[in-house]
Amino acid sequence: MSTLPTVNRAAAQTPAATRFKLRFDVARLLSFAGLWLAAGFLLLPILVIVPLSFGDQRYLAFPDGAWSLRHYLELLSGGWLSSILQSLGLAIVVGVVSTALAFLFATGIWLEPRYRVALTGVVLLPMIVPQVVSAMSIYYLGARVQQLDTLLSVGFGHLMMALPYSLIAMLVAYSRLDTSLYKASRSMGAGLWMTIRQVLMPNVRVGMAGSFFMAFIMSWEEVVVTLFTSGLNVITVPKRIWDGLRYNLDPAVAAVSTLMIFITLVVLLVRLYRHGRNADTPGR
Amino acid sequence: MRLGSQGTLRIYALLILPLPVIILVGYLLPTLGLLGWSFSLPQPGVQHYATILDSATIHTIIWRTLRICLLTTLISVAIAYLIAYRWRFASGRGRQFIELFVLLPFWLSMLIRAFAWLVLLRNDGLVNQSLLTLGIVDEPLALVRNELGALIGMVHFMVPYAVLPLLSSMRQIDDGLLRAASSLGAGRWAMLKDVFFPLTLPGVAAASATVFVFSLGCFVTPALLGGGKAAMLAESIYIQMFQLSNWGLGAALSIVLMLMVAVCAVVFGKLVGFGRLTGRTA
Repeated sequence: MSTLPTVNRAAAQTPAATRFKLRFDVARLLSFAGLWLAAGFLLLPILVIVPLSFGDQRYLAFPDGAWSLRHYLELLSGGWLSSILQSLGLAIVVGVVSTALAFLFATGIWLEPRYRVALTGVVLLPMIVPQVVSAMSIYYLGARVQQLDTLLSVGFGHLMMALPYSLIAMLVAYSRLDTSLYKASRSMGAGLWMTIRQVLMPNVRVGMAGSFFMAFIMSWEEVVVTLFTSGLNVITVPKRIWDGLRYNLDPAVAAVSTLMIFITLVVLLVRLYRHGRNADTPGR
Repeated sequence: MRLGSQGTLRIYALLILPLPVIILVGYLLPTLGLLGWSFSLPQPGVQHYATILDSATIHTIIWRTLRICLLTTLISVAIAYLIAYRWRFASGRGRQFIELFVLLPFWLSMLIRAFAWLVLLRNDGLVNQSLLTLGIVDEPLALVRNELGALIGMVHFMVPYAVLPLLSSMRQIDDGLLRAASSLGAGRWAMLKDVFFPLTLPGVAAASATVFVFSLGCFVTPALLGGGKAAMLAESIYIQMFQLSNWGLGAALSIVLMLMVAVCAVVFGKLVGFGRLTGRTA
C-alpha cells in the first residue's frame, strides 16, 4: 500500500471535497519535500567526502581538473598501513573471543534459564553506560595493572564494548531454537559437549556469524575507549582519524572514509537486494 | 527442562559463568574503582563533589549539555518522525531508498560523519564558500567548532537511532484501523491527528528517550564539531583527565554523568515501560 487509503470516490464529486483533496495534495507534497530534505541532510554531507578523496593537492581540496590517487597511496605508507593492520588484527581477535564467550553464555542460559534476566542484564550493562564512563573504567583497569597503551588493554576494552552486541545476536539466534532438540540429542546418548558441537552449533551458525560481525564492527570503529587507553604505541585507524581531524584536516582521512563509505554501501545494497526480493511479496 | 544437579553445575561453571565473571572483573569492579578515585585522588575527601556543586564553570557545562541534548532530541525526533512516516507507507523502490539513506549513516563511523560536517561547515568549507560566492554573506559564518556545529552533528548522528523505534511503533498500527477511520468519514488530516499520531506516541517516547540518553554521553561528535568551545559533560571528563591531569575530578564527573543517565533511564522507563525502551515487545 503506497498511500493512505483515500476517502470514498462518490464524495470526491462535490466541490467541497475537491477543495479538500487539493489541500491534502499540498500536504502530501510538503511531506515528500520534507523527506527529500531529510534525505539530503543525511546523505549529502557523507557523499561530499568522495570527490575530496581524489584531490591532487597536498592539503584537503576538491580535485581541480586533475584527479589523483595520492591520498589513497598514503594509506599504504608507514603510519596508516600499520594502523590498518593493527585495527584489523584487533577486530578479528575481539570478534572471535567475543563470539566464543557469547556463544557459551547464550547456550548455557538457553539450557538453564533460571537467572536469565539478571545475568543477561549484567552482560548488557556496557551498552547502556555512556561510552566515556566505560572508557574511564577501562582506563582505571589499565592503570591498575600497568597495561595502558598496550594492545592487550585496548583489545580488552574493545571486548567489553563488543560483548553486549555479540550476546544480543546469539540470544536472538537461540530464541528461535526449540529446547526439545537438546532433549532429543541427550536422550539418544550424546554427551553435553557432543550435543553442543554437533547439534546446537550448526543450528545457531547464522547467529554466530552475526555475533562475530557485530563484535568486529564495534572494535573496528571503537574510538572513545581507544582514545582513553592508548597513546603512542597503539594507534588504531579511528585514533589516527581523530588525530587527523582534531586540529587540521588530513586528506588521507577523506581516502579512508571513502573506502568505508563504499564498503558500507555495498553491504547495504546486497542486503537490500536479498531482503527486497522477499519483502514485497504479499502477505508480509 | 529438568537437568540433573550435576549437569546444572557443569552448565553454570563452563557455559554461563565465564561471561558475567569477565564483565564483573573487567568492567564493574573498575567502575567501582572509579568511584574510589573520585573520593581519594589527590587526597581523600569529597572535595570534587563539592567543586561540582559550587563551580560555575561546571554548572555552565551541565546546563549546556542538557540544552544541547534537549534540542537534539526535539529536532532529530521530528525529522525521524517524517522519515518513519513515509517509510511506513512507502513501497518497493521508495522503501529501499529510504532504508538506504537511513542505514548508510547509521552504520558509518561517527568520526567519518563528523569529518563530513567539518568539510562542509568550516570557514572555507563548501557552505560558506557558496554563501560568499552568491553574495548572501560578506564574511564566513561560524557554523562549526561551536555549539551550533555540535548540535548539527548530533542531530545527524541521532536521526537514524530515532527512526527505528518510531518505525516499529508505526508498523504495529493496523491498516484496517486507518481504513475504518477513513470510511467513517475522517479526512486524511483528521485520521493522522486523531488515529495515527496517538498510536505512535509510545514510539515517540521511546525514540526521545533513546536519543536523549545517548546524547548525554556523546563525546566524539561534540568534541570535534564543538571544537573545545562548547564542551559538554563527556568532553569535560576527557579534558580533566588528559589535559589537566585531574583524575579525581574526572572520575567524579564520570560518576555524575552515569547517575544522570541512570536517572533518565529510570524516569523514561517508568513513563514508557522498560520493555519498549530496550526494543522488546513482550
